[in-house]
Amino acid sequence: MKKAFPILGLLTAVLLSYALYEALVVAPTEQTMGDVQRIFYYHVPSAWTAFLLFFLNFLASVQYLVRRDPKTDAIANWVVIALGVLTCIAPYAFRNLLPVGVYPSSVVTTGIAFVGLYFLIHKLFSEQQTDMLALTTAEVGVVFCTVVLVTGPIWARPVWGIWWTWDVRLTSTLVLWLIYVSYLVLRRFSSSGQTPVLAAALAVFGALDVPLVYFSIWFFRTQHPQPVIGGGGAIDPRMLHVLLINWLAFLCFAFLVCWSRYRLERAKREVDETLALEALLEPRSALR
Amino acid sequence: MTYLYTAYAATWAIHVVYLVTVVRRYSQLKKEVDELNRKKS
Repeated sequence: MKKAFPILGLLTAVLLSYALYEALVVAPTEQTMGDVQRIFYYHVPSAWTAFLLFFLNFLASVQYLVRRDPKTDAIANWVVIALGVLTCIAPYAFRNLLPVGVYPSSVVTTGIAFVGLYFLIHKLFSEQQTDMLALTTAEVGVVFCTVVLVTGPIWARPVWGIWWTWDVRLTSTLVLWLIYVSYLVLRRFSSSGQTPVLAAALAVFGALDVPLVYFSIWFFRTQHPQPVIGGGGAIDPRMLHVLLINWLAFLCFAFLVCWSRYRLERAKREVDETLALEALLEPRSALR
Repeated sequence: MTYLYTAYAATWAIHVVYLVTVVRRYSQLKKEVDELNRKKS
């Protein structure tokens, strides 16, 4: 595993450089906005990566809460399976109720990914490790969400003529960022033994904002551009190719950052446990 | 083009700042481990 990290790091650096070259040189220039549209190749993949990390944070937090009791854990497993089956059947049964541009197959894929990721985390991580995973994904997710909130206004200034507007997409993204920042503040400054439980509960509620942010441009009239993939939007295939390459590069980067942050958290907890043990043993040795 | 370069530079600045904080926390932890080992020995 120690050798895999630098190799993956090198591959990610190459992929990020290639993605940058594709975004700046290869991608065609958009006719209306010109070169400033290329911000899209960093803004959108960062948003998707942040959503994915918050989704992982949600799954890890739910597992941290339910795995404290084996009975609740077993019930949660069956609930997840039932939700998975429901998301495979319901989109086809109630096709007419789906918003324009949302395909039943995409809902089914999301449902299968949800079930798959839930059980993958369940298999790979212990109860304590799910807490570390939740913390890691929230922290890296906030970094990517910050990128979204910074690059968005830089794009908006030349295109809209304003840096910011309080429309649903922008405001809900800011609220999402604030929720996860408060989650990190809670983790950082609360020393109570119940902090991980409180943080997990906050994360579960925070995750409810993710679908609101994502679907806000589908359900509300906003100043933010309409979806370019699905939702009736269209994108030049060459632009889509560059967009997906950049997303892949950012996903690899996020994975590496999460990995190193997770290792740091694990090592930190080991050191804290050792220090606590030392502190417990010290008075005894002093008595001898 | 200024806006484009500003956005790309800001993106990498944010990532670099975060990575620096992670590296600093690693160094802090390493110091704690060294201190612990020194105490034990």
